[in-house]
Amino acid sequence: MNVLNEWAFVGLFALMAPVFPALPIVIAWLFRPRKPNVLKSSTYECGVETIGDTWVQFRIQYYIYGLIFLVFDVEMVFLFPWAVAYNEMSLFGFVAGFLFIFLLTDALFYAWKKNALDWK
Amino acid sequence: MELNAVTIGFFVFTILTLGGGLGVVTTRNLFQGTIWLMVSLFGVAGYFVLLSAPFLAAVQVLVYIGAIAILITFAVMLTRSVTRINERYIRTIPSFVASLALFLVLLFGITVPIFGDYPSEMAPTVVMTTRDLGVALVEGNGYVAPFLLASVLLTAAMIGAIFIARDEDS
Amino acid sequence: MDELCTGLCKFMVESGADAGLAQFASLLVGVLLVSGVPLLTVIILIWVERKVAARIQDRIGPNRVGPLGLMQTFADLLKLLGKEDITPTSADRVLYNAAPLVSFASVVLIWVVVPFTPFHFGVDLEIGALYFVAIASLGTLAIMTAGWASNNKYALLGAFRVVALLVSYEVPLVFALLAPVMLAGSMSMLDIVNAQTGMWFVVLSPLAFVIFYISSQAETGRAPFDLIEAESELVAGFNIEYSGMKFGMFFAAEFLHVFTNGILMALLFFGGWMGPLYYESPLIAFAWLGLKGTIIYLTTLWLRNTVPRLRIDQIMAFNWKFLVPLSIANLILLSAALKILQELGIAPRDMLSAGFVDVLPTTIIMLLINLVMVAYLLGILRRHGQEFRRASQANQRTLAQAASGAGD
Repeated sequence: MNVLNEWAFVGLFALMAPVFPALPIVIAWLFRPRKPNVLKSSTYECGVETIGDTWVQFRIQYYIYGLIFLVFDVEMVFLFPWAVAYNEMSLFGFVAGFLFIFLLTDALFYAWKKNALDWK
Repeated sequence: MELNAVTIGFFVFTILTLGGGLGVVTTRNLFQGTIWLMVSLFGVAGYFVLLSAPFLAAVQVLVYIGAIAILITFAVMLTRSVTRINERYIRTIPSFVASLALFLVLLFGITVPIFGDYPSEMAPTVVMTTRDLGVALVEGNGYVAPFLLASVLLTAAMIGAIFIARDEDS
Repeated sequence: MDELCTGLCKFMVESGADAGLAQFASLLVGVLLVSGVPLLTVIILIWVERKVAARIQDRIGPNRVGPLGLMQTFADLLKLLGKEDITPTSADRVLYNAAPLVSFASVVLIWVVVPFTPFHFGVDLEIGALYFVAIASLGTLAIMTAGWASNNKYALLGAFRVVALLVSYEVPLVFALLAPVMLAGSMSMLDIVNAQTGMWFVVLSPLAFVIFYISSQAETGRAPFDLIEAESELVAGFNIEYSGMKFGMFFAAEFLHVFTNGILMALLFFGGWMGPLYYESPLIAFAWLGLKGTIIYLTTLWLRNTVPRLRIDQIMAFNWKFLVPLSIANLILLSAALKILQELGIAPRDMLSAGFVDVLPTTIIMLLINLVMVAYLLGILRRHGQEFRRASQANQRTLAQAASGAGD
């Protein structure tokens, strides 16, 4: 199996994967009762009539968590090849990796001290 | 079969990439725009697979769909009008000119060899593995400086973001 | 699966079929076989989940339909088929319908890289370990989409909280994942399992396993991190508006995800199919993997049914102020120890070919390092707990004083 053949398998799998959950939904669509009315298909929320718009402004804390996560996510991208090749490296490989992680830990420490990690 | 599969894949991913891009610019709904953008970027991940760079494909999905999409939705919810972009923000002609200019720049940048001819051995025949990438990142004459510089950049990005996003009082 | 494909391919080509068609057909058969495993298990899992939860809570659980209630899932499935499916008029129809599909698909897709035995697996991707992290992030997007498309305040609020939780816990998860990748020197799941011939990675890096375990519990949204089902605060979370089969799909995805994580942990840390006599027959190897995965899965159920839910601020604080620093420290210590031992010639540079005796000295040193770290951590936790208790006692005292003062 060459590399592209492997990915052809993944691609085919990706095409099939949504079909599995879709199948029971489609079968249910054939059998299920249909008796819609205005009240039933209104937004349920918590059982009481909905007040106002759903799209309210959210707090910025979510965004900050998202940002910190993004930075760490990009860091992972560099660390994965580093970890894969780690056994072939000399001590210098460790030092470089350590510096890389250490700098980012600094950023985490800064966020901590600035209370950016607190849920408010 | 192999050429066939690649060709089919290329068409599928092109449709995803271009269709997603079209979706982004035509929808009036910011969240739907985000989803379209992800469709487009997923297509790009497919290109990476076709180019025998599965690591970059995984990175594309991990970083863009896993992180950027989430970040954009968080950012979208910080804005006021999610479902209808206000009419006064729509500037068809300037954006058309700008995107056309960018497209032409990219087109010429890729097709016209400005910095001399490309030697024909530019495209390597050897498929590099993730391990080679890792070794190149830290070994002597490799890319240690860019590797560490990336870390500095990420640190600066995070500190800057927190500095701007935090309230003054806390 | 690999061998089956070549076998089937060859057979079809020999019997006169088009080579491309034969390859496609064999790929399709492979896909169906690999996906059959998670799809069949999910039916059993729903029963296991309910039965275990019932036993822990001193109930009997499903016991009416079929022997031991085994047919209960099918009865539920039939019931769900007959349920009316309501799409709220204000919902975003397309995204609303797509979200449960993507949610379930993202979990099934993980099984592409799961090697069942040394010879039977979907594909052995070079980037296997990174692949399943990337695919899992599709599930995060699905939850966000579901919450948004429902056009419901609670659903959106629930989705936002869940997504914040999921992305946060992905950081320690991936840092812990780097430990087996580093030890095996490869991201391929097959290599990672084979590298554990000498010693299971859970012994070499127990802390990485614990971090992985905790964060994957959070990734599936199980107690104590079950913000997904915060009935008391957010009615239900991101899936309030869903009904019928689509609602069921979210739950099937969750059940399957928990079990998938059990299997992944068995592969990454417990040597996968390794066990006595695994080389005798693929069936025995498969049984070992299943057994290990199931045991880990059952412990997560145990955890789910015994611990209470945390508040979102506690969950976030625990992750960013404890788990993430711990996972970073663990990675640095592991890499430092490994490199020093390798330079001294004690640790093998190639785990794939290392036997038990080669790894033994490394194992002992690694275990000692982990022990020291755990002792230190317990010290920190104890101090923190004492401070917290003292603060809350003082708080209660002032409250009591205020109350008595008001009474006068």
